[in-house]
Amino acid sequence: MVNPNGAHAIAVGLTVPVHVEIKGHVGYYCAGMNAAAEIVVDGHAGTGLAENIMSGSVRVRGNAAQSAAASGRGGLVVIEGDASARCGISMKGVTIVVGGSVGHMSAFMGHAGTLVVRGDAGHDLGDSIYEADIFVAGKVASLGADCVEKEMTPADIDRVAALLGCAQIVADTGRFRRYGSARRLYNFHIDHAAEY
Amino acid sequence: MCGIVGLFFKRGAATPSLGSLLAGMLSQMRERGPDSTGFALYGDEAPPGAFKVTLRAPDAGYDWAALEGELASSFPLARPVRQHGSHAVFTIGGDPEPVFGRLAQHHPELDIFGLGERIEVFKDVGLPDDVASRFDLVRRAGTHGLGHTRMATESAVTTEHSHPFSTGADLCLVHNGSLSNHNRLRLSLRREGIRFQTDNDTEVAAGYLTWRLRQGMSLTEALEAALTDLDGFYTFAVGTRDGFAILRDPIACKPAVLAETSDWVAMATEYRAIATLPGAAAAEIWEPCPATVYSWHRQ
Repeated sequence: MVNPNGAHAIAVGLTVPVHVEIKGHVGYYCAGMNAAAEIVVDGHAGTGLAENIMSGSVRVRGNAAQSAAASGRGGLVVIEGDASARCGISMKGVTIVVGGSVGHMSAFMGHAGTLVVRGDAGHDLGDSIYEADIFVAGKVASLGADCVEKEMTPADIDRVAALLGCAQIVADTGRFRRYGSARRLYNFHIDHAAEY
Repeated sequence: MCGIVGLFFKRGAATPSLGSLLAGMLSQMRERGPDSTGFALYGDEAPPGAFKVTLRAPDAGYDWAALEGELASSFPLARPVRQHGSHAVFTIGGDPEPVFGRLAQHHPELDIFGLGERIEVFKDVGLPDDVASRFDLVRRAGTHGLGHTRMATESAVTTEHSHPFSTGADLCLVHNGSLSNHNRLRLSLRREGIRFQTDNDTEVAAGYLTWRLRQGMSLTEALEAALTDLDGFYTFAVGTRDGFAILRDPIACKPAVLAETSDWVAMATEYRAIATLPGAAAAEIWEPCPATVYSWHRQ
C-alpha cells in the first residue's frame, strides 16, 4: 500500500501469514489485532499501533505515537524510531523492541511480555506493572508505582541479545538494565494505600 | 472526541490558500466532531484606530444592512459590512466598549464571536464541509487560522457552545478534551471582570488566558500557569494576532500532532488532516510533549 495519508485502521485483524508493506504514514490502530501477518510501515504510525496483536510481527521504520502495542498478547512489535507515551500499556505477552526512546508511563499495568528500549524512557516507567519485563539501555526519567530496578542476570543479557537480534536492532547488551514489579501492590496493605 | 486543527504561515502577507487548506484539514476531522464546526481566521487588518468584530444573528436572513445603517449613525464605520448569512464582520473606528454597550442594550439577539485587529470567527452547527461552504471558507486568505470540529460532551450542541472561543482581542482558543473545574473557575474569573456568554468549559479556559494576559503575562506564561490552574485533560491550540501556540495537559491524555516545513507550521488531532497540506510528505512531524508550550510568532 502506498500513500495511506494517515488513514486509520490499516491492515487490522489479518489472520494469514502474508507480508504487508505500507509506504507512508499511517493513522491510528494500524495492524491492530494482527494474528500471523508480517507488516512493515515505512513511515510513522499513529496511536495504538498493533494494539492487541496476537502473533506475527509489525515493524515501523519511523516513530510510533501513543499506546503502541497496547494490550498485545503475542508476536513482535519493532519500532525503529521513538515510541511515544504509554508504549506497551497493559501488554499481555507481546514482545516490543524500540530502537529509540519511549515516552511516559510506558508498560503501564503491563501484565506479561517484554519491552526492550535502546534509548531512554520517560516518567513513570512501568507504573502499576504486573509481570511484564522491561529492559532499558538509556536513562529512565522516573519509575512508576511499584516498579523497581531488578538484577540483570546473564540469562537476561542473553534474552535481550536474542530479542535485539530478532528485531535487527544493534545495541550493546551490557548497557541494559532491568525493571519490573516489586509485587507490593498485588494484595492490598494499608501501608501502601497512597500507591493506588 | 473533537478535532482541532491549526495552520500558521511563517512569512509573507496573507496566504490566499489559507482558507481552502484549513477547510481541507477540517474536513478530515469531521468524524471526530459531527456536531458543529468553527474556525478563526487571521486575515486582513483593520485600518489604524479601528477594530473588526464578528457578530452572529439567530438566523441567516438577518438584516445586516439595517444594522450597518444604525451603527453608522453613532460610530465611524471604517469599511462596509461583510455579510455571510448568520454571521457578519464589521470594521469600526474607535473604542469597542461603546459599541458593545450599544449592542447589549439594543441588540441582545446578537452574539459577539470575535474581536480584534485581524481575527474573524465563524462557527455553526453542522459538518465541516457544510459550514465551510456556508461561510465561504475556501476563498478566504490569511496568515494563520484555527479550526475545530465538535463532539459535545460538557454542554449542549448549539452554535454558542462551539469553538473557537474568543474572550480577548485577537485571541482565540480551540480545545480537544474536557475540563473539570470550569464552573468554580468561571465564578472567580467573573469577579476579575471577564465576561462569559455560555456555560461551556472551553470558554472558561479562553477567559482564563485573557485574564492572565491582562495581568501582563506573555502567552507562554499564561499557558504555563494554566497547567496549575486548570483541572482536566486538554490539547489547546491558541491563536493570537501574530502567533500560534499549543499546549497538552501533563498526562497528554488527548492526541496532538505537529508538523513543520520551511513555509508553515500545522497542528492537528490526527495526522490525516496534516497529510492534506502541500509539502506535508517532507514535513518534520512530531508529537508535542506534555506540559510544554510550543509557540510561533510572525515578525
